[in-house]
Amino acid sequence: MRATPSREVLRSWSPLAGIAVFAVLLLVVAPAVLSPFRLDNLAKYSCWAMAAVGIGLAWGRGGMLVLGQGVFFGLGGYVMAMHLKLESAGAGQVPDFMALYGDGTMPLWWEPFRSSAFTLFAIVALPVLIASVLGYAIFKRRVKGAYFAILTQALAVAFATLLVATIQQTGGFNGLNNFSSFFGYNLYDPTNKRMLYTIAASLLVAMLLVVFQLRRSRFGELLVACRDGEERVRFLGHDPANVKLFAFVVAAVMASIGGAMYAPIVGIISPTDVGAPASLLLIAGVALGGRASLLGPALGAMAVGYGRSTLSESFPTQWTYFLGALFIVVILLIPAGLSSVLPRLWAPLRGRVGPARRLRESGATA
Amino acid sequence: MTALDRPGLDYLEVQGLTVEFDGFKAVDSVDLTLLQGRLHFLIGPNGAGKTTLVDALTGLVGGTGRARYHDTDLLSQKAHQIVRLGIGRTFQTATVFEELTVLQNLDIAGGVHRKAWRMLGARKGVPSYVEHALETVGLSALRNRPAGILAHGQKQWLEIGMLLVQDAKVMFLDETVAGMSAEERDQTGELLKRIGRERTIVVIEHDMDFVRTYADVVTVMHAGKVLMEGTVAQVQANPQVQEVYLGRRVEHALEGGHLA
Amino acid sequence: MDAFTTPLLTGTATGAILLLAALGLTLTFGQMGVINMAHGEFLMAGAYATYLTQQVVTNTDVSIVIAVPVAFLVAGGLGLLLEFFVISRMYHRPLDTLLVTVGVGLVLQQLARDLFGAQGDPVVAPGWLDHQIDVFGYNWPFRQIFTILLALAGLAALAALLKYSSFGRQIRATVQNRDLAETLGVTTRRVDRMTFFVGSGLAGVGGVALALISGTNPTLGTGYIIPAFLVVVAGGLGNLTGTVLAAWTVGVVTAFCTDWINGSMAQVITFALVVVFLQVRPQGLFTVRTRGLV
Repeated sequence: MRATPSREVLRSWSPLAGIAVFAVLLLVVAPAVLSPFRLDNLAKYSCWAMAAVGIGLAWGRGGMLVLGQGVFFGLGGYVMAMHLKLESAGAGQVPDFMALYGDGTMPLWWEPFRSSAFTLFAIVALPVLIASVLGYAIFKRRVKGAYFAILTQALAVAFATLLVATIQQTGGFNGLNNFSSFFGYNLYDPTNKRMLYTIAASLLVAMLLVVFQLRRSRFGELLVACRDGEERVRFLGHDPANVKLFAFVVAAVMASIGGAMYAPIVGIISPTDVGAPASLLLIAGVALGGRASLLGPALGAMAVGYGRSTLSESFPTQWTYFLGALFIVVILLIPAGLSSVLPRLWAPLRGRVGPARRLRESGATA
Repeated sequence: MTALDRPGLDYLEVQGLTVEFDGFKAVDSVDLTLLQGRLHFLIGPNGAGKTTLVDALTGLVGGTGRARYHDTDLLSQKAHQIVRLGIGRTFQTATVFEELTVLQNLDIAGGVHRKAWRMLGARKGVPSYVEHALETVGLSALRNRPAGILAHGQKQWLEIGMLLVQDAKVMFLDETVAGMSAEERDQTGELLKRIGRERTIVVIEHDMDFVRTYADVVTVMHAGKVLMEGTVAQVQANPQVQEVYLGRRVEHALEGGHLA
Repeated sequence: MDAFTTPLLTGTATGAILLLAALGLTLTFGQMGVINMAHGEFLMAGAYATYLTQQVVTNTDVSIVIAVPVAFLVAGGLGLLLEFFVISRMYHRPLDTLLVTVGVGLVLQQLARDLFGAQGDPVVAPGWLDHQIDVFGYNWPFRQIFTILLALAGLAALAALLKYSSFGRQIRATVQNRDLAETLGVTTRRVDRMTFFVGSGLAGVGGVALALISGTNPTLGTGYIIPAFLVVVAGGLGNLTGTVLAAWTVGVVTAFCTDWINGSMAQVITFALVVVFLQVRPQGLFTVRTRGLV
């Protein structure tokens, strides 16, 4: 008994058009019109956007306020950076900073990261492992809401502190930098930088497609159900912990991949990219764009990234005020983000947006 | 007649179930046999432990004793595992997903039967069991409306529909007809009779008219204990039951019931 | 002092500051479900209030005594403003409140940076705080004893307020059943505001102790806010005894880890301990209401 494709089915596919437009802008238009410098910046924003797409899933759809996504961003970033350091050092050699800060011997756990395959595997496997263990411990004990948010932020603080303290193993406060090549491609070659941009932009589009499918899937409905009535979900025969855990792990992997691309694109990964302030910046972008929407988190993160790069260096004072005001104004006045404002401006022109849909999209009830 | 006399029939057997909150026994060594095909009513004054009993059997609160269903002790299972055994419940305040449509609410309840990886696919068309449940509870016309706009009675029916989609073999319904119009009550009663034949249905209820019309078996609870069990006539004739209710005549009159 | 008593005392003093911060958090979280991420900045405000008091009253002996009520009022006043202008508008969105107060915290930090400079200013401890007292054959620095006494005084004042005053009864009524309290004539909105004032004020008092130990600094509060929240998580909502125990434990564990390993590992270990604690905690953090499942 299958219904004919109805308006509802059509609507469930319509976000694809948005992703398509976004993909064309990112992959065709931007490389054609932007200078290499600008394109490099856009590559950097894309990395943050990847983490933001995951946050949109976990927070916007699942109601889990992940205040420590910098940790997973950093996991991917450091794993990739370790490999790049070893690649730059050459076979059998030790990364330069270890001789500088320590006795020049390399810890044993660095050794596997010489392998490209292992590195790529670890970029996905490590966040899966850590998010699973942590998420399992937290969700199974029904820790949620603000408690969950605080624990994730505490994790980010702990992780950043740990990195700063282990200067001989991780480069400490300076982080890992000075990479010369990326899987054999010279990182100073403009063509290769462009390739990095293309990879990052493609990954971002791919993640949007993944989240698109997850949102329209039965899992996506269940995730929203967990957000709006977690206890009720139990009486549908599901353990909400598992539903949330899956979304949390997906978000962690996305952040990790974003971080892994960030390291070669920016040329450095350091504790400032992973700590609590970095994690909050990601959240700010998602909130600005629209936490529960599909494209909002990515666009918001790119906007905040742009602001951060252009304002924070020339006007650090104004930037902090601006960021603070952003949190206050957006969350207080437009909790569903800019993506909820634009359709509302459109609405008088092309009909109305149903109240149920608006509610569903806002996610502000969580 | 015990369950063992009627082989082939499904049943749930509770023995010595006790639920304690900080030393207070909300449910006190309750024995109960719930048999398929009978409309079982659970009555008793407020605070008698009816809801707590159901809470314990559905994994919402812990309890001691035994509650055997298909060789599984329910008291050792978690809420979602109990649902997967085929035991469902509703709540006093209907808890449907207000932002999802009637259809989505029913569909989401069918998730118990799906393999985990199939959850990653989108809903395509309407599964026959969802369609069936939609017709059974009479909400076909409202299928695409958000559940939030449903009237109170309709929400309760939707919840029953969700239990049907879950294929719950045992249903606990907590004050389902409270707040319904007379007509809605009758419809609910007929619905329960229809779906009750191949299921075990337990209804917590205060409305004595409703109980009198539809109950096959009535269990009266008082202060956490089972006061008596029997037919409506037996319960009404029991002096102990009258005493329990007479002591609370005012409150009872307010609820519109009149026992003896 | 030896390898055991030194970290014990330092840890207890850290725990005392955490307690002053956590008391306000657990109070507002328990009553209103609001997480105030700007709470750390109230510690910072208390520290600057101490500094400013010292600029006006140069006699350090006197100024430190004046600073305690001043810091309480300054931080409490900030809390009142925050409640009035922001938090009261979004009581039905606790998670969002958390994010808004992140923004408020950022603004307050930058404000402090603009007003007092990024470097931070020293607060001179009065002479008597440099003394030590001799108990059980050990010399106990008075500075830490003072911090601990300050926290205990704050705790005692709060406990007495909750237990004996009519305001305290209103708070407890509001925590237990807001709707019922409202129907009984408690203006819960006013109670919320007062709770916020008292909770924020206590953080200000913590700021006084903090100023004596590490001077002032725009980012002074950021180092304490997360540990203070971990204390709230571990101690249990609105549970004063639990909060005291948790604050002391976190403080002492941090001090010993710092002593034996290093300060960074201390943070990591504290975090791990809290997560492990949540696993073994017998009753979990939440109770489920059954009739309505909301």
